[in-house]
Amino acid sequence: MANFILSVLVENKFGVLARVSGLFSARGFNITSLAVGETEDPEISRMTIVVDADERILEQVKKQLHKLIDTIKVLDLTGKETVERELLLVKVNADKTSVREKIIKVADTTGAKIVDIGKKTITIEEAGDEHRIKALIELLKPYGIIEMARTGKVALSSDK
Amino acid sequence: MTKISGAEIIVKSLIEENVKHAFGYPGGAVIPLMDAIYAEKKLNFILTRHEQGAAHAADGYARATGEVGVCIATSGPGATNLVTGIATANMDSIPMVAITGQVKSVLIGNDAFQEADIVGITRPITKHNYLVKNISTLASTLKEAFHVARTGRPGPVLVDVPVDVQLAKDEFKYPKDVNMRGYKPTYVGHSKQIEKIAQAIENSKRPVLYIGGGVILSGASKELAKLARMTDIPVTMTMMGLGAFPGDDPLSLGMLGMHGTAYANHAIQESDLLIAVGARFDDRVTGRVDTFAPDAKVVHIDIDPSSVSKNVRVDLPVIGDARLVLKELLTFVKKPDIAEWHKKIKKWKNELPLKYKDDDVLRPQFIIETLERLTRDKNVIITTEVGQNQMWSAQYFCFREPRTWLSSGGLGTMGFGFPAAIGAQVGKPECLVIDIAGDGSIQMNIQEMATAVLNKLPVKIVILNNGYLGMVRQWQELFYDRRYAFTTLSDGGDSYCPDFVKLAESYGAAGIRVKRKDEVESAIKKAIGIDGPVMIDFIIQREENVFPMVPAGESISNMLHGLA
Ligand SMILES: Cc1ncc(C[n+]2csc(CCOP(=O)(O)OP(=O)(O)O)c2C)c(N)n1
Ligand SMILES: [Mg+2]
Repeated sequence: MANFILSVLVENKFGVLARVSGLFSARGFNITSLAVGETEDPEISRMTIVVDADERILEQVKKQLHKLIDTIKVLDLTGKETVERELLLVKVNADKTSVREKIIKVADTTGAKIVDIGKKTITIEEAGDEHRIKALIELLKPYGIIEMARTGKVALSSDK
Repeated sequence: MTKISGAEIIVKSLIEENVKHAFGYPGGAVIPLMDAIYAEKKLNFILTRHEQGAAHAADGYARATGEVGVCIATSGPGATNLVTGIATANMDSIPMVAITGQVKSVLIGNDAFQEADIVGITRPITKHNYLVKNISTLASTLKEAFHVARTGRPGPVLVDVPVDVQLAKDEFKYPKDVNMRGYKPTYVGHSKQIEKIAQAIENSKRPVLYIGGGVILSGASKELAKLARMTDIPVTMTMMGLGAFPGDDPLSLGMLGMHGTAYANHAIQESDLLIAVGARFDDRVTGRVDTFAPDAKVVHIDIDPSSVSKNVRVDLPVIGDARLVLKELLTFVKKPDIAEWHKKIKKWKNELPLKYKDDDVLRPQFIIETLERLTRDKNVIITTEVGQNQMWSAQYFCFREPRTWLSSGGLGTMGFGFPAAIGAQVGKPECLVIDIAGDGSIQMNIQEMATAVLNKLPVKIVILNNGYLGMVRQWQELFYDRRYAFTTLSDGGDSYCPDFVKLAESYGAAGIRVKRKDEVESAIKKAIGIDGPVMIDFIIQREENVFPMVPAGESISNMLHGLA
């Protein structure tokens, strides 16, 4: 099993997300992440789905997605040149001044953004590929992560 | 242009789609629609006694005629009662449009009286479905619904219409075309691939054609027969494929799979080329999948790409309409040299025929053979319920034409056969329509006897009454140490519960009871002679089993043959 990235263009209609998520649950496919949003055409949404599958299951996932009447296009971005981004918001424990300084330093050196400073916490935002997001989480873990929100991956093919 | 109501728009759309009959049941959320249908002379509405009956009748109508079946129900319980019928049609790729009333738009989501999220409920059991939120999209939605239902791999489509949309007014303009950028089925196969099939056929030593319901759905029977005759390749059919190729043709191997013929299963297992057309490698066909057709190169012709390599790895896929692909294949194909193969098959046919005990006992196989013999000169359509009755019918009735065998394959829905027979009779008034039933299944939609009687639909019901949920009992006998847990319907004595003869009579239909083998022929003749619905209650050998049988999950090489 491995992660594959699918970029699926669907009609921006009521119930489409339910059709796609229903398909995954009914057929026992595993979603690692799913991100949906409008495209340049407001009638079309793009779903970026990271699927945990083997090659054979992936083939079925693509065919089943394609079979949905509201699906316009299924692109398999796995192994292609792509630009991938995910947004992370992470709230870290920062109740001591010494700790605060260290966390701010982590943010500075990694290029992550501090977006909220509370009395006892600091919230950091990071956008980047999976590698970057994971690296930041690892660096912050020792301080105590209180809450975390990830958008799931979005991706476009690269025209390099 | 004048404005008409949403209900009238629905009716006019149905007329545009050439719908002549619809089956359904009224209720609060479809009163406007029913009222509009009432006013339309060109649309014959058949009131069933249960929404499930309406759905199966629409399905049976579609299977018998090839046209889209239409059923209509009210919101909430009316809509949920359609669910089994929709799922049945979905599993067998039957074109159907179900129209449901919905509570007023403003009440949706409020747990209003008789509200059910039928679009949500039927999402996984329809090809597609719609909630019409605005009258301006009503006609175009219906246009799309019929288009989706009948094209590509057909299937049921549900259109949910809130009662206020039925009452709203708008101009009626039925679109000429549909343009759905996400839905463009592939009909024409890839020529290079088709040429490769011809090559594979020419080089094969032990080829078999494995035919499914897709051949019937695409109307490819003629092309299939030509291909078989040109190449001399033997043909086996799935249960859904019965009738696609004449069962009495010397090239026919009959049905394959769990209750298939021994010679069909052996032929599959020893084949070097398996040509699947409009079939989907269902587990009831393949048995244990990693042992299925081990030496065969697998060709798969199907309109649904997701069917290809789903269960069995396919070596040579062609996506397209079965009829068009076979037609093109005919231009390339050459006869392979397979005399040895035919010798082998002949040997299997001689050594391992379908058989049952020929004694004085009233056995179901004999009833079906007799029924077949007595109806051979008629246009007969057989529907079935589910269980042993269905398998004996598949094995012992001989189907020669497509759309003469209507049976719930994928879902295996008890209660399907009788309402499906009603639908078939509505679509094919000239045909003799017979439901071969079990004593269990027939009770699941027996209420439709009123529909048959009042609409003068002379459907015949042949009950193979074994007093058991026989198919389940058979599994219990073979694999659960004869522990007949909750499968006994009667004690086998002379008191019947229900008494099917009296039951038929209470509806104003004819009832006949048969207990002896020597009464079978006269009873069937009598039933055929009656111009109205007839129920024949055949009290059969109680513990008769269906053989051959491949135990679930085993290789189809491992058939149990029983005692006979
Ligand atoms: C709606 C439904 N419920 C349960 C089953 C499971 N089932 C399959 S065959 C069968 C027995 C059917 O009994 P009967 O109609 O008497 O037919 P027989 O096998 O005795 O010929 C049952 C319960 C089913 N297929 N459909
Ligand atoms: Mg029975």
